Amino acid sequence: MEVAGEVLASESQLHVLAVDDSHVDRKVIEKLLKISSCKVTTVESGARALQFLGLDEEKGSLGFNGLKVNLIMTDYSMPGMTGYELLKKIKRSSAFREIPVVIMSSENILTRIDRYISKS
Amino acid sequence: MDGYGMQNQIACIRRSLFDQGYLDEQFIQLEELQDDANPNFVQEIVTLFYTDSTRLIQNIELTLNSRPINFSKLDDYMHQFKGSSSSIGAKKVTSECAVFRQYCAAGNAEAYISSLLPYIYTD
Repeated sequence: MEVAGEVLASESQLHVLAVDDSHVDRKVIEKLLKISSCKVTTVESGARALQFLGLDEEKGSLGFNGLKVNLIMTDYSMPGMTGYELLKKIKRSSAFREIPVVIMSSENILTRIDRYISKS
Repeated sequence: MDGYGMQNQIACIRRSLFDQGYLDEQFIQLEELQDDANPNFVQEIVTLFYTDSTRLIQNIELTLNSRPINFSKLDDYMHQFKGSSSSIGAKKVTSECAVFRQYCAAGNAEAYISSLLPYIYTD
């Protein structure tokens, strides 16, 4: 979790929110993005991602920490909310629909890919 | 002298892991991510993998020992295991997971078909 001081210092860097249920994958993605000079926040689920963005209806906004997200990268297959469901929720919000969302998948299912493209 | 000998040994072991198909290109990608800022990156990732795998294998064992076998849960665990093993380049583990999942799918089909039998014969 980021401290307020760090937020101000890194406004110029791209901030990526990475969503993946696998701990191993989160660490790899984090390193990859940091090497590319991005600011990274990793979360373990779609629900946590929505909480971070302040979009969780149940818990209410946890206080959006003010650090603007420039890109969201999410795994497709996760327990609870899939990456696609997360994409839909983000696109439905006026505040965040402009943020590009990348869905990562180890499966190459064409019908699914077409569906994502038409949604985003 | 001793240090060099040990380094040599490690290099040999590492090479044989690739030669025997235990590791693939993905592992090299991880090694390339390691730098001065994160000098223990590969070690951390592999340690994480072992911790995750231990947990997953325990869950898989529990699921295999329960009756009836919950194939959908089993498939979930195998999917996770396959995912993290392929992320670190554990080639053999990944392909074994794929084979296992095929058996799960077959197991599922068998259970499904046998659940249909009473309905077929009463008609």
